[in-house]
Parts: sequence; structure tokens; C-alpha cells
Amino acid sequence: MDEFWGRIFDFSDYGALLVLVQNSIIAGALLGIVGGLIGPFVMSRDLAFAVHGISELSFAGAAAALLLGANVVAGSLVGSLAAAILIGVLGTRARDRNSITAVLMPFGLGLGILFLALYDGRTANKFGLLTGQIVAVDNPQLTLLSIISIVVIASLFVMWRPLSFASVDGDVARARGVPVDAIGIAFMVLLGLATAVSIQIVGALLVLALLVTPAAAAMRVTSSPLITPLLSVLFAVVAVVGGILLALGGGLPISPYITTISFLIWLVCRIVGNRRVPSSRRMVSGGAIHAD
Amino acid sequence: MTEPGPKPDGPTPVDTSPIDRVSPVLSLRAATLRFGARSLWSNLNLDVAPGEFIAVLGPNGSGKTTLIRTILGQQPLTSGTIELLGRPVGHGSRAIGYIPQQKLFAQGTPLRARDLIALGVDGHRWGVPRSSRRVRARVDEVLEAVNATDYADVPVALLSGGEQQRLRVGQAIAANPRLLLGDEPLLSLDLHHQRVVSELIDGQRRASGASVIFITHDINPVLPFVDRVLYLVGGLFRIGPPEEVLRSEVLSYMYDTPVEVIHSRGRVAVLGAPEGYGVHDHLEHHRRTEP
Repeated sequence: MDEFWGRIFDFSDYGALLVLVQNSIIAGALLGIVGGLIGPFVMSRDLAFAVHGISELSFAGAAAALLLGANVVAGSLVGSLAAAILIGVLGTRARDRNSITAVLMPFGLGLGILFLALYDGRTANKFGLLTGQIVAVDNPQLTLLSIISIVVIASLFVMWRPLSFASVDGDVARARGVPVDAIGIAFMVLLGLATAVSIQIVGALLVLALLVTPAAAAMRVTSSPLITPLLSVLFAVVAVVGGILLALGGGLPISPYITTISFLIWLVCRIVGNRRVPSSRRMVSGGAIHAD
Repeated sequence: MTEPGPKPDGPTPVDTSPIDRVSPVLSLRAATLRFGARSLWSNLNLDVAPGEFIAVLGPNGSGKTTLIRTILGQQPLTSGTIELLGRPVGHGSRAIGYIPQQKLFAQGTPLRARDLIALGVDGHRWGVPRSSRRVRARVDEVLEAVNATDYADVPVALLSGGEQQRLRVGQAIAANPRLLLGDEPLLSLDLHHQRVVSELIDGQRRASGASVIFITHDINPVLPFVDRVLYLVGGLFRIGPPEEVLRSEVLSYMYDTPVEVIHSRGRVAVLGAPEGYGVHDHLEHHRRTEP
């Protein structure tokens, strides 16, 4: 049993290893900020399933790049942007969106498996695309990932208010002259970028742990439009950086550490949130007949 | 639940004659809308004066909601023109305050009551929300005006339907629009909130001179405030004060079948409008509400 835990948590030579991965930690923290900021919008726009679909096509793009010897991040970007824009343009209604996503997802995953089967390189690379491997990402790629993350963060800040308006109350925002459709497409592009970056770190299968779980956790404990993204960023950064730090010595993939931390945070928030809801609502005035 | 009779002071003393000297807030000229062979309305001329309250009535499918979509620039006219404040309508407008049908917010929506109002103040502007003193003051003012100060910090999804709808009125009036558009804003509200929401909308038009275009299947909650009625039935329309349009002869002609309009104790009931035209909603409603 000790041997089992010793494999999962191994802190020998920790200082030396830490120096080696400090760039990964910085990139991971940036990714945490991206995931934490974009997550509440993913939730209010009901896009969690779409994120999963985008990530599978992103995986196909990355696998194709690996096979062709091209830049994996670039391949992943092409795949996720194509999927994100397709879902954004064709899936303005939730039901259409879900069916398009469900159609794209196995197609992307299938293509990716084909490309990986044709690829003769290291198997660790293959596996990494699906389950994540930030330490395997080299420094030039880390720079690229960081730049994309910063672009996403800056764009989100620029469109924050109209995006919030359009996300929670599209019809009213449209009536007020907010370009709801254009903002929707722009958001899908950002989501595609965020997904492509996340895949390099947690892998295509586990992207939701970064883009959805932290926001879902935050939304259990607060409804403030300021505190929700702040908490969500905090949770995501703790999950990514914590995951990298814990995984460091063991030589195991990082993703299970990240997804487990992310899940535990959500679990705690869920328990805390369930206590909070009934007490925070006082009856104010006569009840109303609810729709449906 | 009490019977929502007429307001004690009776119908409002607003001048109901078309005000032609003031430039209209909204102006439709020979407006025609056709889907294939089906004509929703043709040659509709309507000038909405500042401060005027217009109720749009008619059965389902008569083009009430399409009229709203036209005003919001989401549905082009087949022919004719439509101008908002003297200019062709665009895709939505800052001059419009829009109150949709009640649609409850999903659990977990990251908004409190005050945040919903704040979106009405500056939600259209780029950048991150800035909690400026001006915005906060306006939000507090509106919360007070719609009597929502008590639950200002409660998440919107935890509020009742009536409370949410009151906030939607607040959101719509927050930026002092020139035109308030209501698309069945009273639907699925209880009688108390029907009255509260109607009075809030009327209060805002009195305070700011905003015009109101109000789609409803039941005119009674807003009858004391209405200046003119636009009644749409199967491609025909009538515009005029409620007492001129809501008459048995007029509606019988429009529905092409005997229809009886009963005015009683300040309320109006339309009887005998054909099934499927949606007007039987009136009767349903009254059966439920009369003691």
C-alpha cells in the first residue's frame, strides 16, 4: 500500500524538479485564469456539452499535426476553431447545438484515433493528447500557449458586459441594440482557443474539468457577477497549479491530479451551497404563479 | 385574492386624440407584412405619440409579436416604412425598453436583483462592469421605484415569477427609454402582480413621457391606462380608443362571426370569438378570476 501511495505522491528531489517545470507552472496558472474566466459564460450559455465536442475535434487536429510532423498546438487550434465556429453558426438554439455537437464528437474522436494509429512516434505523445501532459510541452510551445491565453483573457475583458447581458438575457440584450449574434460567434472563437490550450495540459477527454467544473463550483456558492468569476479563477488555478505540483515527482500524468482537485472543490461547494440556498431567500411578498 | 376592479380614480385623463403636432416616437406608414399568401396586416398607419399607451390585442397568429419584431428590426416589412424617433428602425435600440414574457431565470444564474437592473443601465457597453457611483445610484433608484429594494441582493433565480417580472420592468425603465415595448409581460402572473406590473409601466410613462406599446391577450389589467387599442384579426386591424374598438359590431365584422363585447364594472369581456383565434383566453381568464 505504501508503494502505491509512494508512486502517486513522490517528493524526492523536489527542489530540482520545481526549477525544471517553472514555465509549465506559469502556463498552467494562465490556463487556470482562462478556464476560470470563461467557465461562468460556458455555464450561462449552456455550452458544457459543446466544449466536449470542440475538444474532440481539437484532438483530431492535434493528432493530424502529430502525424504530419506539424506544430501540435497549431493543429489543435485549427480543429477546435473549426468545431467552435460550426457549432456557433449552426447551433444558435440549444437543441440544434446539442445534436450538432453529438454528431461532431464521435467524428472528431474517430479521426483522431485514425491519425494516431498511423503515427509511428512515441506512444507517450499519443496518449498525452487525450489525457494531458504539460511537462512534455516544450518551451516555445509554452510561449505560444501563454500568448493565446492572454489573448483570450484580454478579449473576455473587452466584451465582458455585453457578453454577460447576451448570455443571461439574450432577447432583452438584442432589443437594447447589443449585437447578440456577433458576440455569440466571437465567444465561440474564444472558447475554441481556450479549449485548444487546455487540451495541451489536461488532454481532450478532461477539458471540462478546467472549463466547466470550477465555474460550476463557484456558481453553487455565489450569485454575484463579480465574485463568481473570481472564485472560479481561484478554483481553476488551484486545480492546475496544485495538480502540476503534486504530480511532479511521480512521473504519472498530471490530469488525474487536476481533475481530482477540481472535483473535490466542486464537491465542497456543492455541500456548502446546499446549506446556503434555503436560508438566503426570505419570502418577500405574495407568491406568484410560475410559468410551466 | 381581490377583484382587480378599475382604479378608484377611473380612467386616466390623458388626451386620447392623436397628437399630431408632436413628432411621433414610432411611426408606421402603409406598413404591410405578408408571409407568402398570408397577410398579417396591410397598409397599417400608426403614429405613437410621446406618453401614449397603446394596447395591441388580437388572437394568436394575428401578428402581435411580429409587430414587436418589426419594431426591433428583427423582421423587415413587406412594404411601407417604420421609423423610430424619425429614423428607420435598426437592430434594437437604446431608446427602447423591452419587457418580454415571463421566462424564469435558470437556477445558478450569476445575477442578483440589482445586477439585472444594472444590465439595463449599462449592459450594452463594452468592457468590464464598473461600479461607478452614478450606476449604483441609478440602480438603487430603480429598485426603489419597482419596490424591489427588499430583495436587491437575492439571486434572481430564487425570486418568484412576479418578483422577476417586476425586475424586468425595472431593467426596461432603468435607462429612461422613449418607448416601452411589452410582449405579453403579464402572462402567467397572478392578479396582484398583473396590477403591480401594469401600474409600474404606467408610472414610468407618466414620469418620463415614454410611449408604451403593450401586447396582451387580456386588456383588463391595463384598461385604465390605455389611450388607444390596436386590434388585429386575420389580416384586418382597427385602431382607436378602447370604447370605439371594443364593440360588438366592430369585432363581429373583424372576426366575421357574431361576437359580443360586454362592458361591466370597468371590465371588458369578449364573448363568442371563434375557437383557435385565441380570444377565448379572455373567457378562461375571467372564469378563473371572478369569485
